[in-house]
Amino acid sequence: MFSDQDLAVMDSIIKRYPRSRSAIMPLLHYVQSKAGYVTNEGIELIAKLLTLETAEVSAVATFYTQYKRKPVGEYHVGVCTNTLCAVMGGDAIFAGLKNHLGIENDGVTADGKVSLEHIECNAACDYAPVVMANWEFYDNQSVESAKDLVDSMRQGNPIPPTRGPKSLPTWKENSAVLAGINDGRANEGVQAGEPTLLGLKLAKEGK
Amino acid sequence: MSKLTPVLSAHWDEKDSFTIEAYTRNGGYKASAKALAMDPDAVIQLVKDSGLRGRGGAGFPTGMKWGFIPQGDNKEHYLVVNADESEPGTCKDTPLLMANPHVLIEGCIIACHAIRAKHAFVYIRGEVTHVVRRLNQAIEDAYKAGHLGKGIDLVLHVGAGAYICGEETALLDSLEGFRGQPRLRPPFPAIAGLYARPTVVNNVESIASVPAIIANGAEWYQKYGTEKSKGMTLYSLSGHVNNPGQFEAPLGITLREILELAGGVRTGHKLKFWTPGGSSTPLFTDAHLDIALDYEGVSAAGSMLGTKALQIFDETTCVVRAVLRWTEFYKHESCGKCTPCREGTWWLVQILRDLENGSGSEEDLAKLLDLCDNIMGRSFCALGDGATSPITSSIKYFRDEYIAHVTGKGCPFDPVASTIFSGAGAR
Amino acid sequence: MTTTQSQTTEVVDMITVVIDGFEVSVPKGTLVIRAAEKLGIQIPRFCDHPLLDPVGACRQCLVDIEINGRAFPKPQASCTIPVEPGMIVKTQLTSDVAEKAQRGVMELLLVNHPLDCPVCDKGGECPLQNQAMSNGQAESRFEGKKRTFEKPINLSSQVLLDRERCVLCARCTRFSEQIASDPFITLNERGALQQVGIYEEQPFESYFSGNTVQICPVGALTGASYRFRARPFDLVSTPSACEHCASGCDMRTDVRRGKTLRRLGGDDPTINEEWNCDKGRWAFKYITAIDRLAQPMVRNSDGELVVASWPEAIAAAAAGLSGAKAAVLVGGRATYEDAYGYSKFARVALGTNDIDFRARVTSDEERDFLAAHIVGTSTTYKDIDKADHVLLVGFEPEEESPIVFLRLNKQVRKRKLKVTSIGTKLSIGVEKLGATFVKVAPGAESAAIASQSLTAQSLILVGERASESAGALSAVAALAAQSGAKIAWIPRRAGERGALEAGAIGNLLPGGRPVTDAAARVDLASAWSVASVPTNVGRSTKEIVSAINSGELSALVVGGVDPLDLDNSTETLSALKKAFVVSLEIAPSAVTERADVVLPVAAVTEKSGSFLNWTGSARAFDAAVADSLNRSDVRILSMIADELGKTISLGTVSAAAREIASLGPWDGARAAFTATPAGSAATLAADEALITSWRRLLDLGTLQKGEDNLAGTARQTVAVISPKRASAIGVTTGDQVSISNSLGSVVLPVLVEDIHDDAVWAPRNSRGSELLAKLGSAHGVVVKVVKA
Repeated sequence: MFSDQDLAVMDSIIKRYPRSRSAIMPLLHYVQSKAGYVTNEGIELIAKLLTLETAEVSAVATFYTQYKRKPVGEYHVGVCTNTLCAVMGGDAIFAGLKNHLGIENDGVTADGKVSLEHIECNAACDYAPVVMANWEFYDNQSVESAKDLVDSMRQGNPIPPTRGPKSLPTWKENSAVLAGINDGRANEGVQAGEPTLLGLKLAKEGK
Repeated sequence: MSKLTPVLSAHWDEKDSFTIEAYTRNGGYKASAKALAMDPDAVIQLVKDSGLRGRGGAGFPTGMKWGFIPQGDNKEHYLVVNADESEPGTCKDTPLLMANPHVLIEGCIIACHAIRAKHAFVYIRGEVTHVVRRLNQAIEDAYKAGHLGKGIDLVLHVGAGAYICGEETALLDSLEGFRGQPRLRPPFPAIAGLYARPTVVNNVESIASVPAIIANGAEWYQKYGTEKSKGMTLYSLSGHVNNPGQFEAPLGITLREILELAGGVRTGHKLKFWTPGGSSTPLFTDAHLDIALDYEGVSAAGSMLGTKALQIFDETTCVVRAVLRWTEFYKHESCGKCTPCREGTWWLVQILRDLENGSGSEEDLAKLLDLCDNIMGRSFCALGDGATSPITSSIKYFRDEYIAHVTGKGCPFDPVASTIFSGAGAR
Repeated sequence: MTTTQSQTTEVVDMITVVIDGFEVSVPKGTLVIRAAEKLGIQIPRFCDHPLLDPVGACRQCLVDIEINGRAFPKPQASCTIPVEPGMIVKTQLTSDVAEKAQRGVMELLLVNHPLDCPVCDKGGECPLQNQAMSNGQAESRFEGKKRTFEKPINLSSQVLLDRERCVLCARCTRFSEQIASDPFITLNERGALQQVGIYEEQPFESYFSGNTVQICPVGALTGASYRFRARPFDLVSTPSACEHCASGCDMRTDVRRGKTLRRLGGDDPTINEEWNCDKGRWAFKYITAIDRLAQPMVRNSDGELVVASWPEAIAAAAAGLSGAKAAVLVGGRATYEDAYGYSKFARVALGTNDIDFRARVTSDEERDFLAAHIVGTSTTYKDIDKADHVLLVGFEPEEESPIVFLRLNKQVRKRKLKVTSIGTKLSIGVEKLGATFVKVAPGAESAAIASQSLTAQSLILVGERASESAGALSAVAALAAQSGAKIAWIPRRAGERGALEAGAIGNLLPGGRPVTDAAARVDLASAWSVASVPTNVGRSTKEIVSAINSGELSALVVGGVDPLDLDNSTETLSALKKAFVVSLEIAPSAVTERADVVLPVAAVTEKSGSFLNWTGSARAFDAAVADSLNRSDVRILSMIADELGKTISLGTVSAAAREIASLGPWDGARAAFTATPAGSAATLAADEALITSWRRLLDLGTLQKGEDNLAGTARQTVAVISPKRASAIGVTTGDQVSISNSLGSVVLPVLVEDIHDDAVWAPRNSRGSELLAKLGSAHGVVVKVVKA
């Protein structure tokens, strides 16, 4: 699964830190970028690279919700159902998507394209209700727009994020970004959405 | 004159605001050059004089925190920036970093110089990929431009979904490659933080505020805000309002003033309850519209300024449902280390579910409050305390609504009415 | 220059605090919870354990604290806060806030705890049950749904976990990490789903796993062999001493109706603290599992062993020994008193110094080293605590004396103690200690020892295997003399140090009296009221065997020796056939099969006695099984001596103990020591290597019989070779290799690892690698290694 080139990347990740154990989280993201989820092979490799026991690695991997111990879809969709988003439509969106996709929370569509999870507050409350896909922002969603989004994913041409790159990267591609690998797409997309700029706009208008 | 004072947000409306070119064009990296020419202690003094307080929630004076780092101890010192923005309702650091990552980098350079650290880490939550991209690119560009790498190194560390890692010692354990569970204190991070070395942990907005303070001086900053809460800050307005968004204003502005700027509560509706600083800060109601939103004002009214996450809920919102959902959040995010938080949130959720769906009883309210009493101040860290805030404050203000769920054997609210697409009809 | 320093006692700062209105003075750094204990005030707790780092997780021990009039705004975990001057503490006894906080936490702990106390092994000795009674409320207000998990899961073949019962105090995971350095169990998942667990491919195979069962404050962790076997209140507990190794653990043996059901680590702060190893804890079924000898037997004229009465058997033994040229072989499992019995029996009843307790691979260099440098000396665990550097020679602490390993590990973790190991193969234990590993070829130990530089604060821990490399012990003696470092000798077996002090060896009489010292002989003879004791240095085990085969000796008294532990087992078996043999044994063996008189003796739980640990200090114990009819060896020897008309007057164990005490140690000159030169290096062909090995803690040892759950956690049997040899013979890890010599061969899966290029390592006595039985050698001998 892991090539010599992958091992070289993992080595460079370890070298970022004064103490190697700190690399465990980016390495787990990196394993997800290659395998799609945290595989046993990945856990054993990380343990070997960091001279840890495998139990120590799995203890960390199971603590954080972004690390998956089974495959997710090529596009992993998270619907915020924390209070504010839930009240403003997140609950309806989540119920709508479950129904539309025929899967439950943490489920994956049979074609492996889309997986669904209800997520906690994703720091975009002024854009509520919020949907994340591969941890990219889809702002101000409705039940209908969310259905359109997952349909576009299943057709292999996902609608681009509201605030993010020009097109939606895959789960694996974005996992590599979370491992700290620069995909060269930082300059894509808007610098801010309207709500972010509202106060500045009002100030400039002297309000 | 506007009540708003965009400093952090001053250039966010430039399309390329996140690039090093734009940042430099707007005077970026001049403050760090100025600070690096100063004695580190003078930088600490300047930040102390400015009155800047932590923007992550606790409001601890930033300069004083820096001053706690023992000097001349021949140990490595570390700066760790807490970018794990996860408190429900909080959405300021994320847009800040998306629009202007360089201001954080420049703040890090200044802070490292002040505390004699050669190494800084930014711990960012993992669920914001594009922000990670922007920050990573900015760090690369800052290295290329020579701002980093000459005595100060900065590493971006990406989290993986754990609210508890916003707690500074849990963050440090997570950064060291462990499960993100809070550490016993003492020792405090200033003495034994990252890798058991003296460490300053600051919020993104706190560090990002520093370049402007260095550039314009402490007196300039002191002019803004109130007696003990100096400067300007980002207020994040969300929920049932006509125009949600970020409002950078001097500390002490009121919700009434911000709501006016935002075009008010959703048209045709009225304010029911709101959080001043995220879900862990006790709820306010329409009786609190004129409270000065500074550290002292909010605290005197029985809540906390927190992260200035103003979540607005109108009269269509069921407070029991809102509180249940927050409680489910705390249960999901409890790290599991201590009994009160782990078991308490598990139990609270069950009682609240019963109450919400009408199968609860009036005695459940007393039980809830007693349970909160057994969790608040008994848990290992503030997460457990925070979990009790929405419950105790909502019962304080909306006891009748809880009772109505019991007597009516169900929730009297229509959830559709509170959605933003209610007018168009929820599909 | 350090004499005055070392005599200075440490000055401890005392701090006085008030707890519930009572003043108490405790050393600075003492935690509030323990200061309260000093007053007899019990604050309830779960995660707190005095030997683990404070964690403050369970929150059960909350108390109100004020310091110099300033009160903490909320109750504090008394297990995490050290006392401070001016501190006033109010526990649940005097503070309503603390009392409610504790009651609240207790209620929360029980929210998800199953009410299965009636079927739980911990019921009756459960800290949760007990403290729920003392500090909780009778009725729960919880009406919701309890968290459920699949009922017990195996963490290993020996330890089971019932996650529903777990209160997540993390004692077990902290023990595994902080004490054993075996983080194979960890906390997994998060929040209410947090649970103890292993990584699915790596069971909890730690030599110390049983301690987690013992310190679990609920019934979450259970040992497979004790599960559902008994209720605590049906057990009779007896303090005991572990018979498995020379670490010297304090133990507790729990017996129900004459049957040992479990053993627990006892609390001896100077030795094992509260820990023990899994062998000590779980390997006790041999006593009942093996086919115990019940009655004496005498070989009849047809050459068959037939049951005899005790008087008949004693008479037969005496008759055979009378007038014969006899010697004594006593294994390293004898108690101090039994060893003394054999020692006195040899001198007084048989009139010989031909006695040796060393039923293993030995040398005369070792015999002389023990007499010159070890007998009568005392180096203790405290010396490990104080050492600036510990050198390990022929010694794998984790495998051969696990509590020594734990103590070393404690100091390594606490103060980065420097440890150096001279050995042929890097071991898991040495790696865990972060020791400097000095890799040598088998036989080349002595030069490596000589090149070490130590100080007067250093400590050399020598294992019994140092005897297998010529010159190694001489080099140790020289290094100690030149540096001032202390030496400790750590044999594997529990009885060896006692046997040495009892004089069960050819060059020493009891109390360390040198055989060659006339004054010592006179001293002993007068104490024993005999005319004289033999004057010549007695034969070693190997020499005794040769002397029988050559006809110089004609009779043997053998107690607890397995011929397959020796490197000349074939000769030994023929000697046993040839000589008149009196065998004192607990079970049929290769010795009893060939013996002329077989006398059944008591196993360790059936008798009283004591073991001297490697430090030379004794741990006495009473019979745990009170009504056993079996007798200790010393009593039987005394009967034979009486029958021979050469009485040794040791009719009881306590008589032996009294006599040892009144005899006292020798205070005259020690025996001289002449250095032995190192052996010369062998020249090896390409397919040849030098065998090297040690015994693993868990292996085919006789005392581990009958405990399959324990055996299931043993380390895998492998042959270890270096990468260079692996490529030379074309194998990689996992392939099979054959190790052979003229006597036989073993075939094992290979592990390519850090080992000297000239060496091949295999466990000495594990399944498939019974080296002494199959190759007749275990260290430093040339063998052929090829791909199998």
